[in-house]
Formats: sequence, structure tokens, C-alpha cells
Amino acid sequence: MENQKLLKARENWTFFMAFVRKEFHHIFRDKTSILILLVMPILMLVLFGYALNTEVKNSKIAVYDPSRDEVTRAMVEKLLINNYFILHKVLNSASEAEKAFQSGEVSMVIVFSDHFYENLLHGGYAQIQLLADGSDPNTANIITSYATNILSGYQMELMKTGKIPYLIKPEIKLLYNPSMVAAYNFVPGVMGMILLLICAMMTSVSITREKERGTMEVLLVSPMKPLYVILSKAVPYFFLSLVNLATILLIAYFIMHVPIAGSLFWLIMISLVYIFVCLTLGLLISTMVETQMAALIISAMGLMMPVMLMSGMMFPIENMPVYIRWISDVIPARWYIEAIRKLMIMGLSFSAIIQELSVLVGMGIVLIVISLRKFKIRLE
Amino acid sequence: MPAIKAENIFKKYKKVQALDGVSLEVGEGEIFGIIGPDGAGKTTLFRIMTTLILADEGTATVNGFDVVKEYRSIRECVGYMPGRFSLYQDLTVEENLNFFATVFRTTVEENYELIKDIYVQIEPFKTRRAGALSGGMKQKLALCCALIHKPIVLFLDEPTTGVDPVSRKEFWNMLKRLKKQGIAILVSTPYMDEASLCDRIALIQNGQFLKTDTPQNIVNEFGTELWSVRSSQMSKLLKDLRNHEAVDTCFAFGDTHHITFKSEPPSEQELNDYLHALGHKYVYVRPIEANVEDCFMRLSGKTLQS
Amino acid sequence: MSKRDPIIMPDDTVILAKDLTKMYGEFTAVDHISFDIKKGEIFGFLGANGAGKTTAMRMLCGLSKSTSGQAWVAGYDINHQSEQIKKRIGYMSQKFALYEDLQVWENIRLYAGIYGVPEREIGTKTDELLHRLGFESEKFTLVKSLPLGWKQKLSFSVAIFHDPSIVFLDEPTGGVDPATRRQFWELIYQAADRGITVFVTTHYMDEAEYCDRVCIMVDGRIDALDSPGNLKKTYGAKNMDEVFHQLARGARRKA
Repeated sequence: MENQKLLKARENWTFFMAFVRKEFHHIFRDKTSILILLVMPILMLVLFGYALNTEVKNSKIAVYDPSRDEVTRAMVEKLLINNYFILHKVLNSASEAEKAFQSGEVSMVIVFSDHFYENLLHGGYAQIQLLADGSDPNTANIITSYATNILSGYQMELMKTGKIPYLIKPEIKLLYNPSMVAAYNFVPGVMGMILLLICAMMTSVSITREKERGTMEVLLVSPMKPLYVILSKAVPYFFLSLVNLATILLIAYFIMHVPIAGSLFWLIMISLVYIFVCLTLGLLISTMVETQMAALIISAMGLMMPVMLMSGMMFPIENMPVYIRWISDVIPARWYIEAIRKLMIMGLSFSAIIQELSVLVGMGIVLIVISLRKFKIRLE
Repeated sequence: MPAIKAENIFKKYKKVQALDGVSLEVGEGEIFGIIGPDGAGKTTLFRIMTTLILADEGTATVNGFDVVKEYRSIRECVGYMPGRFSLYQDLTVEENLNFFATVFRTTVEENYELIKDIYVQIEPFKTRRAGALSGGMKQKLALCCALIHKPIVLFLDEPTTGVDPVSRKEFWNMLKRLKKQGIAILVSTPYMDEASLCDRIALIQNGQFLKTDTPQNIVNEFGTELWSVRSSQMSKLLKDLRNHEAVDTCFAFGDTHHITFKSEPPSEQELNDYLHALGHKYVYVRPIEANVEDCFMRLSGKTLQS
Repeated sequence: MSKRDPIIMPDDTVILAKDLTKMYGEFTAVDHISFDIKKGEIFGFLGANGAGKTTAMRMLCGLSKSTSGQAWVAGYDINHQSEQIKKRIGYMSQKFALYEDLQVWENIRLYAGIYGVPEREIGTKTDELLHRLGFESEKFTLVKSLPLGWKQKLSFSVAIFHDPSIVFLDEPTGGVDPATRRQFWELIYQAADRGITVFVTTHYMDEAEYCDRVCIMVDGRIDALDSPGNLKKTYGAKNMDEVFHQLARGARRKA
């Protein structure tokens, strides 16, 4: 009796192991699964653990210091010591601060009040103001906390040695987003993502679906110019993305109270350019793959992931190591999100987004040329 | 000028020579069948003729137009049914038909006469989605969509594969009617019995045409005696016949075996006795006429690995 | 009677069905079919697509439960003893036969394991099988590199590797050249010689001719059941195709 049970158990074990063995074979003989299971985790570890982080280093700051006394100078030096901050510009008046932000030169401006040390000693009016770019509340938060810590730390030292009588807490002011609404940050990001999703992913899937089904063959053997077939695919997605764009803007403006402080006209213009870029991306992908699955995976891994991680949506670009910043520069979404931020939240106009606009237009042209070249009038 | 002409077509895919020097000609109103198994090169040939892929070597014309240089003209006047009923599954019968008519710059009404006989069979289902039709119905719809613009040449790549026998027969009847309208038809099929329904056929294997001729001529040229043998033990019969010294080839053909001989056949009585001696009952031996499948087997010269 | 005991079936019957029925809601897929199949027979189940062949076969394999009626396979009740049945049968379908990314011998060993062939026998039996098929040189080839005809032959051999009493073939051949199709049927003959009963469904009428007996399904019913020879006589037909035509003319389930 015992023997029988043992035998049965052994049988079951053999059964089971046969399946386990087979599953290992399936995994190791399929390139895609190896990529996902072994390469991706390493990639993610490197990216998240090393390249992408919310630590902010080397932020450029500007200082307006009318006092220029030993304390203020010492404070500025302390800020600069650890390489968290780099002094980019010395301002001559407080009003220059706004311009410094607009041109994108600095992430924070430090303003000292006049006769700082004197006032501090005599209990008068001494003030430090930290101005940061609120259109990116994440980064703004981080930078201002660093600065606050460093400044308070230094002040503590001085107090201990009796050099100053009391501490001053720096006043933090976020431009463009005084109440630090997080939505300001992610609405542009979401816009970039959604338009990419609809235009690039869906268009490429739709074209490859035609190929997979075999109807593409029949369409090719017809008077229809193959290009028309492709364009007809892009059109519905173009309109749908316009609808989505309108919806997002309406919700953002009316419900989430994200401002549209700048030119609405240019907002729409640059969105159209971006949509065009995404559609051609979709077209390009469809010329490279044969199946819907492949189109989906390339769109997801090759487009969405980099956009999420490296467009500046979640992690500040300034902190990325150089090689990742290069990747970031190639991602259309990065330029679009940047432009949207400037237009919507900072309230700027055309002149501020010239660079972003020209980059996107350039990308669009390059992509359409490549796609048209690769586009085949035949099956192979 | 033949409606379809191909000369010395060569095409290689990776390591496989898909087409190995293939030539053919099809005239107006002719049904030309390419008969052969999967992977023999039929689909490749079709794709070259319909300008979808380029041959490595060789030339081809459809309706006088060159498949490489004048592909646009060809694409306007041919009807093409690739395998797998390439229809839009989520569009209805009507919508599919209208779409293909528009693609070919015509309307359903204009050429309705041509497809009427076929369409009336699926008309009751015209609002049904194509994906919900049975295999036979899909095939009829696909044929309508390929005919709606009154093509001069029709390319049908395995149109009857996977379809039930009744629909298959109806389909070939439809082809015969189309042929009367002067449409040249190039059709491929793995079914040997459909070969006899064509005007001329080419037997294809491994990218080569074994023979091109009318079905009757091919059968006439079989060139040797063919006998049909049956007994109560078919499996044993196979072995015993193969062991007979005079027998050259022996193939199972359903309820009988077909045998050919190395030189002169023995008499029927001799064979009867031989088999009875080996224990066979209900032995039935008689000479028969070869059919296309017999010819194919002989021409392809397959040796069995039993 | 314990759950594990088979019933004793008359003579050499291996499959017995009585009024077997399968309904999907209002729709009758299989309509009270009855038949008996003897050991070593090659039994063909013919019919158009949608006639109910595959549904009937799935019930016999224990893959789906019948709505009413009874059937016994290898002595076991299909509704209550399906686990016992599965041990004693082999199954092959056209759509899925072997794992393409496994080698030939790996597939054999996998299925051997699944069917409970004792570990120590697998090695020798594998080599025997490869020798019989003439596949020795392909032992380590990935299945996806084999031509279709070879895959089919291998598939069939794997299905009977464990010497089942019955093997079910669901539309096993399609699109292969006549020579390969013949070789496949010769394998079936050999299996039948060894006493394995072969139950094959197909819509290729010419394959009906290879069978000892066939039954033709129309709209879920069995409209004819006899040897191909007798059927041809009864319907005055030249071949099975014509027999089928006469029966199918009345079929309703065409669209």
C-alpha cells in the first residue's frame, strides 16, 4: 500500500517536472521574453537607482544681494559649496528675477533685503526670499527645501558663536503657482502622453492590423494609392486627438483650475505640430513591424516608457546624467511638455517657445521623410 | 496576347527556392489551375503576378502590362482573392461590398449583373457582419468583392481551402459562368479533384511545374498500366503488394490501392492467387484509368519511408 | 460499482454511444446520436463545418459534458469517469499538435510524461519511434523547422506513444501533398493493425474512403452510418463526395 502511494507520488512528480521543464524552454527560446525578464530589470535598476532620481543637483540660481556684507556673502558661499547650486547670474535688481525665470536660465532666485547684517543685529527688517519656478512644483519644492536647510544650518552656527541674535526663516515664493498645485505639473505631462498614445500607438496598431488580417494585400492590388490607405488611417486619430486635447484643456482649466495664462493660439499650434509628429511616429513604427503585438510593444516600450521617465514629466531633466539627457532631447514629448508648461502656466508667448517649436517641426519633417521612404508599395 | 504570361520566374526566400524557373500562359476566358500542396510555391507565384512582390529573375505580364514597371495599370484591372478570405470581419456584407466597389472607383449597381448569381445567395445576410458568416458564405462574399469592378483577370489563391464540399462545388460552377464572360482565371488549389474542372492545369511541387497541360492530356500521358487492388486487409495488402517483384509503386487511394509495374504486368489471375496465398480474402483486382492524382504521384516521384 | 471500475462492453466494442446529445441553450449541436465502434476499427466521422463532429468528439474525449444520453469509451462512462478515459486515449488535432520551439525528442518526452509512460521506458521508446518514422537525424531539430507533413506524422506518433486503446484525430490532415497524406494514412493503418482504434473527424470526403466505417453528420444528427462501399451502393454514388452531396442537400445549417 505504501509502495503504491509512493509510486503515485513519483508519477505525479514526473508529470509536474515535465511541464516545468517545458516552461523554461519556452521562456529561454523566445527572445522577447528574455528581454523582458532579464534585461529590463537591470535597465530599470540602473535608471531608477542611478540615472533618474529626484535629487536635484547643479541647479542654476541667481542672487540679488544689495547688502553684499559678510553674512550674505557667506550664506551664498555655503549654498554653493556642495554643488547643489551653481551661481549662474548676479542680479542687479529684484525685477530681473522674473526675466531670469522666463528665459529658463535659473531654477531659483535668492533675494536678500538691504543692509542685511546690520538689520539682523539690530532686530530690524532683514529678509531672505527664495523665489522658485512653480510650474514645476516638484523641483521647486526640492530646491527650496535644500536652500532652506543650508541657510538655516549656517544661521544656527552663527547664532551659537554669538554672531547673530536670531534666525531668519527664508520666505519661499513660487512664481506661477503660488499654491503649489501638483496638477500644474502633471497636466502638461498627461497631455503629452495621451496624444502620443492615441496618435502613435493606435495608428501603428491600426495599420499593422490591416497587414495581419491580409486585407492590406487586397487593398494594395487596387487602384488606391497605398499612401491614401495609410493617410485614411491617420485621419480619425487626428480628429480624436483634437477632441481629447479640447477635453483635457477644458477639464484642466475649469475643474482643476490650471491656468491657461499664455497664448491659447500658440498652445493649439504647437499641439498640432506635436500631433503630426506622433502620427508620423505611428506610421514609422508600422513600416517596421508586421504584427499588432509588435506595434503595441514597440509603442509601449519604445515610446511610452521613455516619455514617462525621461521627458521631464516625473523626474527633472537637469539632474539626469548627460547621456540620458541626450535621449531626453530626442523625445518629442519632452519639448512639447516644456512648451506647454511655458504657455499654460508661465503665461509666456511665442517668443519663449521658438526653440521647442522649431525642434518639433524639424522632427516632424525628418520623420515624415523617413516614413515615406520606408513605405512600401509592395509587400516586401 | 495572353491575358496572363509569366516567363522563367525565380524567387528565393532566405534559404528556400520558392519558385524555380516557372513559366505559364493563360488566355482570355480560360481557367488555369495550379495544383499542388502547401509550400509548393503557389502563393509566391500569385503575389508576383499581382505585383505584390518582385521576382528575383524572370518577367511577367498581366493584360500586356509588365508586373514591375506598369504595376499601377495591373492593379486597376485585376480581381484578387488571397487565401484566408481577406474581408473586413467587423463590416457587414453590404459594407464590405460597397467599400471594395468604391476602392475600385465603381459602384455596386454598375456591375451587379456580374455578381448577381453569387450575391443572391448571400443577400439574405447582407446586414450580418462578415465575421459571423460561415466559411462558404465568406468565400462567396470574397468572390463578389473581387468581381465587383468587372476585372479582366481573376487571381484566386486557394479559394476553396477550408470550405465544405457543397460550397466548393458551387464555387466552381460560378467560375465556369465567369469564364463565359471572357474573364481569365488563374486559380490555385491543393485539391486534385478540382483539377479536372480547369481548362488547363500545372502541377507544382517545390517551386517547379512538373507538367502543364489539359487535365485530359496529362492523364493520357500517364504512360503505364495502373491497377486498383482491394482486399479484406488493406494494411497488410500494402506491404504484400510492395513486396511483389513486379510491382513498381503502390499507393493507398482510400478504399483501394493503386499499383504500377516495373515492366510487364502479371495477369490478374496471377496476382489474385498470390494474394490469396498470403491470406487475403475478398480480393478485387482490376486495371483502371489514371486520374490527376495518380499523375501527380508519379511525376513527383515520391518514395515512401515505410 | 466503484467509481473506478469499467463496465463490460459487448464483444470487442471500445466506444458505445446511446442517444448522445449536446445542447447549447436552445441550439442542438449534437442530436441523439448512437453508434458503436469495435476494436482496431478505423472509424470516420464526416460532415460539413458546424455539423457537430467536433462537439461529439469532445464529449467522447471527456472534454465536454453531454446534455443527455450516454456513452462509454474503453469501458468508462464519459460523464462520470472522464479521468479514466483520458488515461487510455490519445488525441491529435490539426490546430495544435506540438510545441514549435521545442525539439523533436523534447516534444516526445513531454507527451510521454503527460501520458504517464514510465520514465525508464521513454528513452528506448523514443528511439524506436524516431527509427520507425525515419526521423533519427531530426532528433534535435526544433519542430518549427520541420515541414508540415513531418509535423503531422510526428504528432500522430506522439499521440499513440503510450499505446492507448483509442486515438482521436480531429481534422488531422489538410493542405499537405498527396504523398505525405498517404504516408500519414499508412501510419494510421499500422496503428489499427496493432489494435488501436482510430476515430477520425474530417470534412475531406476522400479520406472517408480510408475508413472501415463512416458516419455522416448533418445538422447534429447521424444521417448515415456504414462502410464507404455500402454507402456508395445505397446512394448509387461513385464516391463519398456524391454520397455526402445527396445527404447534405437537405441540410439547414449552411449559413
